[in-house]
Amino acid sequence: MDKLKIAKKTFSSRLIVGTGKYSSMSECAKAIKISGAEIVTVAVRRVNISDSKKPLLMDFIDPKKITYLPNTAGCFNSKDALRTLRLAREIGGWKLVKLEVLGDKKSLFPDMIETLKSTEVLTKEGFNVMVYCNDDPLMAKRLENAGAVAIMPLAAPIGSGLGIQNIVNIKIIRDQTKLPLIIDAGIGQASDAAETMELGCDGVLINTAIAKANKPYIMAEAMKFAVIAGRKSYLSGRIKKNLFGNASSPKLGVI
Amino acid sequence: MNKKNKIKIKLNGKIVFIPKNTSLKNLANKFKIPLNKVAIEVNMEIIDKKKLNKTIIKSADKIEIVQFIGGG
Repeated sequence: MDKLKIAKKTFSSRLIVGTGKYSSMSECAKAIKISGAEIVTVAVRRVNISDSKKPLLMDFIDPKKITYLPNTAGCFNSKDALRTLRLAREIGGWKLVKLEVLGDKKSLFPDMIETLKSTEVLTKEGFNVMVYCNDDPLMAKRLENAGAVAIMPLAAPIGSGLGIQNIVNIKIIRDQTKLPLIIDAGIGQASDAAETMELGCDGVLINTAIAKANKPYIMAEAMKFAVIAGRKSYLSGRIKKNLFGNASSPKLGVI
Repeated sequence: MNKKNKIKIKLNGKIVFIPKNTSLKNLANKFKIPLNKVAIEVNMEIIDKKKLNKTIIKSADKIEIVQFIGGG
């Protein structure tokens, strides 16, 4: 069976879904179910102490059934990212985490110096670190050498919906690494997800494109099938591109 | 309760007055915090959940209680 393997864990779905930006927790939970995702990213934030009745994400998405991937969204330096993931581990023993250290508030591009430093520290502390990064093959190599368990380059800025902007770099990263390569951020529509998988990536992480679609459930389903279709297309060994036509029907017996 | 028996702390960024000799466990109970779904930090140091009963809150402590929420 064609499974996604990350840090010795195996998953049937190659689609990872973010849980932010949904209009409600129940909408989020339903979209995840439809998407077939087995891994979801979650953020670490303060408990609302003035309202103890506020529902918790864990009441809607069971961490025993769906793998929670705690992230460091909103962290702009290594210190904050490390603090956040140590807290995440304390909540329930999570070792598989998504590191994301941002460097610029407008583009939301990652600060790769801080990201690399954090990857080294977290790996030494026993975390399995999936790393959000820019699409720079050299940096991706450094992250791999620092012990990352998955490389997660952006397709385009977070939430931009622009699709893959730098196909060549993604192909080079694919060529150089045997680690799981998961495109994280910038997907806008199902064809972007399929394209990602056709490039040979191992998975794709999508949040905004599903959560902010006019009809999130339909987009969740579209992404599910796009990832499956793209993966199968990649595995099938596509035909060569030709400049001229090549008839599909035999000439023999033409009337 | 007399105010002199109370201490001032910062809980999740808000100033809160609590009785002296309150443990972290008492505090969590007071705010109905589901302990299996949170992590607790006192003055930037994570407190092992097994030690919440023994950890007595001191004046001016900065306590953070965090959970998972939706995020990408």
